[in-house]
Amino acid sequence: MSATLVAPPAAETLAEPIIELRGVSKRFSKTLDFAGRLAKRLGANLREEVVHAVDGVDLTIRKGEVVGLVGESGCGKSTLGRMVAGIMPPSDGTILWRGRDLRSLNAAEARNAKLRTQMIFQDPYASLNPRLKVQEIVGEAPLFHGMAKRSEIGTYVDEQLRRAGLDPSLKARYPHQFSGGQRQRIGIARALAVQPEFLVCDEAVAALDVSIQAQILNLFMKLRRELDLTYLFISHDLGVVEHLSDRVVIMYLGRVVEEAPAEEVFRHPNHPYTKALLAEVPRIEARKRAFAGVKGEIPSPLNPPSGCHFHPRCPFAFDRCRVERPALKQVGPGHRSACHLNDAA
Amino acid sequence: MSTTTIAAAPAAPKVETPFQRFVSEFAASRIALFGLVLFLAIVAIAVLAPFIAPQNPYDLAQLDIMDGRLEPGTVGAGGFTYWLGTDDQGRDMLSGIMYGLRISLMVGAGSAIIACLVGASLGMLAAYAGGRTDSLIMRLVDLQLSFPAILAALMILAFLGKGILNVVFALVIVEWAYYARTVRGSALVERRREYIEAAQCLALPTRRIIFRHLLPNCLPPLIVVGTMQVARAIALEATLSFLGLGVPITEPSLGLLIANGYEYMLSGKYWISFYPGIALLVTIVSINLVGDQLRDVLNPRLKR
Repeated sequence: MSATLVAPPAAETLAEPIIELRGVSKRFSKTLDFAGRLAKRLGANLREEVVHAVDGVDLTIRKGEVVGLVGESGCGKSTLGRMVAGIMPPSDGTILWRGRDLRSLNAAEARNAKLRTQMIFQDPYASLNPRLKVQEIVGEAPLFHGMAKRSEIGTYVDEQLRRAGLDPSLKARYPHQFSGGQRQRIGIARALAVQPEFLVCDEAVAALDVSIQAQILNLFMKLRRELDLTYLFISHDLGVVEHLSDRVVIMYLGRVVEEAPAEEVFRHPNHPYTKALLAEVPRIEARKRAFAGVKGEIPSPLNPPSGCHFHPRCPFAFDRCRVERPALKQVGPGHRSACHLNDAA
Repeated sequence: MSTTTIAAAPAAPKVETPFQRFVSEFAASRIALFGLVLFLAIVAIAVLAPFIAPQNPYDLAQLDIMDGRLEPGTVGAGGFTYWLGTDDQGRDMLSGIMYGLRISLMVGAGSAIIACLVGASLGMLAAYAGGRTDSLIMRLVDLQLSFPAILAALMILAFLGKGILNVVFALVIVEWAYYARTVRGSALVERRREYIEAAQCLALPTRRIIFRHLLPNCLPPLIVVGTMQVARAIALEATLSFLGLGVPITEPSLGLLIANGYEYMLSGKYWISFYPGIALLVTIVSINLVGDQLRDVLNPRLKR
């Protein structure tokens, strides 16, 4: 197993997919209330607003992989993560758990699939119920789902806390008595307590100090070795993703624009957006250069640009980009990119 | 990373539960503590009225019609001192107030508790279900709040007639909307927080998420509104009784006692209305003092 872990392209051919997304979309619509409909009938300039947070995403994550999902804020990466974790149902498309459609599972199987996928949240201050003690936060779900007996729950919780790097003697305390890093460890212990095989980490270290970030990232990698975990690691920080991931997926405004093994993305980025993102990662060898950044703001997902979503900010955009949506096409082994420039070349 | 990182214990030497912190913050205000003591004393008097009142004002055998409208401090025909005077039936005002407090507090607290249960459930349902259910419940709330409470209560009592249960019912009808709106507001905020998503991710059933995770975190504003509404319900009941539509004459509340003495006010017999009025005022002020401090302690935005 460890050989496939360090060689991601091999993993892609060997390991079975743990989760597959096929054409998954998520729309949030703000429907008009009665007063709004009345105003519209009287001629007001109102319409139902629909946000395509995620727009037709295909993604396969194989057992044992660490997939990094990168994009600017508002690109739909958190929404995608929540659909993968089963908290939000997709508006369109299917999600396959170990090759089976989530909607076709019966109640017990669906619950099992949900428990096998756990999520680590961004804000360690909002992700723990402030009214429960640590032992209740960690122990509630295993007790409820019968993974531990009431008589053994104390030692079971201790084990999860120790695994997450927390002193079990602190378990009778409330979340507000812990620091951000410790709270994040409590969140990790809560997820581990239901014996997951797949963790979705939504900006799991973004709210922490840099030194604590490293500790938590190391903890994730230690758990991966010990428990044979698979990760979807969502982040806006390419630097964090670079060190962890076997494979990187770049999202822009709800769509996947590039997908490749981690080294390949950093060595040979194909999509202009990926290139622009990489140019912003501070590197020692490039410390004298000025940072240009990506031009302009991310457009509003309420009113996305036509064709390729990136064309208003792309230095290489041409006429075709303004009308036609580029498809994800193979540009190398395990490397796909959605850019019309690849056809022109 | 070969060694397991055991995170060090936080530096705080004494472990304070949220409840202990709440108690010490509440006690920081002397005047709120005074209000609480006053309120507890009033509750004790109301509960113990049959044992500590000098006279049972409902027992006609103990009353002497010749003692009617005596001034405070007068010794009556039976050698009995009326410290707060008597009303026109010869009833001891002090005993009347003690028994009146019983009715007033019972009606106030009873209606507040029922209104809280009804309102909180509907508000929680509105927040969690959303959509049409939410619109329907919240439009009902708007409708309810657009009527002056006293007018709505008067209409209901005019329709149902007098009686303690009818008064409680009317007060529930005019008060549930405050609870529903408060709970919906805080539930909408809380349900978007990540610990609710975490609970969903742990495949816990919706009922458990609502009652174990969502509701306890919506309680603080509910407690504040509840305290204030008890005071409001007592005042409203007194108003209704004063207007002659509240409790029946056989079970006088403070409002009815005030109404009884109203016609004697201008003939110098002030005590029949005055002392029940003072009792009502002290009760409402003590509850409001407690409620104000609760609001300050429980509202995180007011914390420094």
